[in-house]
Amino acid sequence: MSLTTVKGILISTLIFPRLRDNIIAFDELKTDYKNPIDQCNTLNPTVDRVKKIKRVRLALKLVLPEYLIHVFFCVMFLCAAEWLTLGLNMPLLSYHIWRYMSRPVMSGPGLYDPTTIMNADILAYCQKEGWCKLAFYLLSFFYYLYGMIYVLVSS
Amino acid sequence: CNTTKRKENVKSHHMTPSNILQEKTVPLNGNSISQIYSGDSSSTTTGSASPVPNSYESLEGGGYSGTSLQSPPAGVPAKQAPPFGYNYPTMHPAYQQSPAPKPDPSPSHGGYNPPGYQPYSQVLTLLSSALGGLSGVSELEAETLRPMNLLQERNILPPKRAPPPEPNLSNDLRKVNCSPDTFRCTLTNIPQTQALLNKARLPLGLLLHPFRDLTQLPVITSNTIVRCRSCRTYINPFVSFLDQRRWKCNLCYRVNDVPDEFMYNPVTRSYGEPHKRPEVQNSTVEFIASSDYMLRPPQPAVYLFLLDVSHNAVESGYLNVFCQSLLDNLEKLPGDTRTHIGFVTFDSTVHFYNLQEGLSQPQMLVVSDIDDVFIPTHDSLLVNLKESKELVKDLLNALPGMFTHTRETQSALGPALQVAYKLMSPTGGRVSVFQTQLPTLGAGLLQSREDPNLRSSTKNVQHLGPATDFYKKLALDCSGQQIGVDLFLLSSQYSDLATLACVSKYSAGGVFYYPSFHHIHNTAQRQKFQKDLQRYLTRKIGFEAVMRIRCTKGLSIHTFHGNFFVRSTDLLSLANVNPDSGFAVQMSIEESLADTSLACFQAALLYTSSKGKRRIRVHTLCLPVVSQLSEVFAGADIQAISCLLANMAIDRSISSSLSDARDALVNAVVDCLTAYRANGSNIQPSGLIAPAALRLFPLYVLALLKQKALRTGTSTRLDERVFSMCELKSQPLQQIMHMVHPDLYRIDNMTELAALHLNDSVIPQPPLLQLTAEKLTREGAFLMDCGSVMYLWVGKCCNEMFICDVLGFPNYASLPSNMTEIPELQTTYSERTRAFISWLLESRTFHPAFHVVKDDASTKTSFFQHLVEDRTESAFSYYEFLLHVQQQMSK
Repeated sequence: MSLTTVKGILISTLIFPRLRDNIIAFDELKTDYKNPIDQCNTLNPTVDRVKKIKRVRLALKLVLPEYLIHVFFCVMFLCAAEWLTLGLNMPLLSYHIWRYMSRPVMSGPGLYDPTTIMNADILAYCQKEGWCKLAFYLLSFFYYLYGMIYVLVSS
Repeated sequence: CNTTKRKENVKSHHMTPSNILQEKTVPLNGNSISQIYSGDSSSTTTGSASPVPNSYESLEGGGYSGTSLQSPPAGVPAKQAPPFGYNYPTMHPAYQQSPAPKPDPSPSHGGYNPPGYQPYSQVLTLLSSALGGLSGVSELEAETLRPMNLLQERNILPPKRAPPPEPNLSNDLRKVNCSPDTFRCTLTNIPQTQALLNKARLPLGLLLHPFRDLTQLPVITSNTIVRCRSCRTYINPFVSFLDQRRWKCNLCYRVNDVPDEFMYNPVTRSYGEPHKRPEVQNSTVEFIASSDYMLRPPQPAVYLFLLDVSHNAVESGYLNVFCQSLLDNLEKLPGDTRTHIGFVTFDSTVHFYNLQEGLSQPQMLVVSDIDDVFIPTHDSLLVNLKESKELVKDLLNALPGMFTHTRETQSALGPALQVAYKLMSPTGGRVSVFQTQLPTLGAGLLQSREDPNLRSSTKNVQHLGPATDFYKKLALDCSGQQIGVDLFLLSSQYSDLATLACVSKYSAGGVFYYPSFHHIHNTAQRQKFQKDLQRYLTRKIGFEAVMRIRCTKGLSIHTFHGNFFVRSTDLLSLANVNPDSGFAVQMSIEESLADTSLACFQAALLYTSSKGKRRIRVHTLCLPVVSQLSEVFAGADIQAISCLLANMAIDRSISSSLSDARDALVNAVVDCLTAYRANGSNIQPSGLIAPAALRLFPLYVLALLKQKALRTGTSTRLDERVFSMCELKSQPLQQIMHMVHPDLYRIDNMTELAALHLNDSVIPQPPLLQLTAEKLTREGAFLMDCGSVMYLWVGKCCNEMFICDVLGFPNYASLPSNMTEIPELQTTYSERTRAFISWLLESRTFHPAFHVVKDDASTKTSFFQHLVEDRTESAFSYYEFLLHVQQQMSK
């Protein structure tokens, strides 16, 4: 238990800055005059970008790693037989899968289409999605923290 | 002579029933317009205001470059070009003669009539006569708000195309407001809050035609272009001058200083009259921009033609038509001495043409490695048109014959586009792609996705979106390098236009589609292609353009529709801009507009002209803000609303599904009429009540549902459906309205009565007929004007005199079934008919295809599908649709 929760905390702390950047990015799009092509290139990973070690920090901002990390600690919870925690994460996991399945037609990996992102509805949706996930990760962070301390104290 | 024609048109503008009312309540209105006109007509004598032609050469002279005060060139008109008369001759002429809308006295009772429907027609007569008596007290709003029971009033169509509603502004503002042909809002009374807008259930949005061909346009050369310091709005007629030295921005309300230079008025050559400058007198102006508005030196005009020369293409014979057309128009291509031109052809390989000056004949270079396509030589593929004109002509003469015996059936469109991008990226410019089949080789190859058995399915239509993002990505790259791609698709087979069109959609190009094109077997298409090419090659073009739309604080732009790439919340990037494309914008109200009485919208289009000048065209529209729901309804512009809804429906059908989009359209009517019913409690509860301003709403929505783009149940080829969608999204409003709700006239019995007299010609004015077979009689001949196509339907027992005098055949039986033009005969009948048709076409930029349809010919289905009020196997008749709406409302 403690091992996985610690991991969960670590990973959550990894996810936060990335997700915050995600939200900031959409905010930039909305208020600042940033070119959507550049923005979507930042948000969607391109293969050569991920390959470049120097760009790892940039790659951290991306959508795909968020999904991968989330999947990773769902698997960890599964291994640790943390059914409740896993159950809490399942809705988000299935949402991620659905979201990726219904992404616009795209040859590379990624979610966001530069031609439709400036659509007020879509932009608002992406922003709302970002905030909701941020709240979820924050809450689960504290839940994992609580779980870890509980285990430490009771053992 | 065009302008004089228009003058006459506009003067006769005030006699529609609604305008009579308007004149009584706003007594100055009639006067003021004629004043403008008298001002305008005298302009040639005063010399300060001469009509400015639309070409640049004559505009860009003059200027006192030595002094610090640079004045506009002498040709700048001092007085406002007629704000209402710019360019809409289709709607106002001869109102004088046309009587108030009264029911057709003798409607022929066809089988399409629902019982109990006709007798009510007298009600309208009574109503309108009653209103005539009331007109002294009622206002314009009372007229547009007059409740109508749509189930009872049969003849809701005005006898002429209705002009757009006039915003309820003071005369001074109305006089300078932007022409509704350029800039139109769905609600001419802007609701104060989003809550009020939600209550009205009407979409708020703008329809723009920013680069329209204008006959008069004030061009301003000035060192400093006066703009608001905080929101960068251009100074416009709706700003307020606090005193001589300060002006208040009408969009963000910031107080700005008037620069010294602006104090001098070059038109009157007087000092200290900033409010008389042309910028402040005209809502549509063009500035010559300084180097502040350039990221790089203005690019030259560069044209690249990408031609499909596979077996399929050669078979269709389009190359002959294209080459001939380009040869004819080579001199008229917009540009200057720097104009460059290039040609690339492709089948399974890509061929380049070296046209370097000094060569004895064009040199063809073949690149067969289409997986990694490269440019064989760098400097001589795009050549200066002036220097290499002879070689270009040689090539165009030789090209149709070069591939006559080709056996190559493959098409490598993707690689050809990639190489075009590489070739053009240093300069930017226009790429015209001519494609005749599905791309089958290299990057961007496509598979056939259409299942012919599902063409008429009533269930969902698949494959409206792109199959791959190759073309979209390429278009975005092109857009970044200022390359616009126009696509001409001339194929008889399925060619996946849904995917191919992306290349134009995001690079601000245009899509042209000629289904089953053949240069011999399909004369109508060939003629249309020829005429379209003629217009396409010679029309104005703007390069490396951006358009920004600003609006009064509190309003914000929600979604854009059209062909472009959205760079930020209010900035559109247009690699090329052409005079035939329209845009639509959805708006929302973010903050309450309670503290202002006027809302303004400004569209500024910055572009490089074909002469290498950076120019900014600015349009400003001003509308009143209202707080009452009834006023919002009174100001509804039903044509603009229908167009915006069409755009929204198409987005919905691609992102969600076609049936969703259709439901949403029906719901739009249901919601709006429900909102109206909930608002007005004084009206009788029975029937389907709509305000007069919205009386055509159900009809237009029904017409939209029967469009090729959105219909279900009727066999529609996927490409044609997608093309119809592209058109709805990128055409200007007038064109869309013709498409959606064509005009039907009876033309075999046109008389000189009520005719319009222009110069020497007499133009008869037959009334508009409803689009129902009930209006057709076997004894008549009817003209249907659908924008890009015109049908002349000849009834079986049509007057032989008409057939003989107008069509040039002795009787009905001898009429061929594939006539595509009206012969020029020297009879009064023929002259009158041709005068009427050319009058209809006057404001049209693209020439429509023309079909003479015999009642018994197979082509008659294409005519009858436009009769939107009639029932088809799978769609409601108008009356049934109304009942359906009523039923939905009572739920």
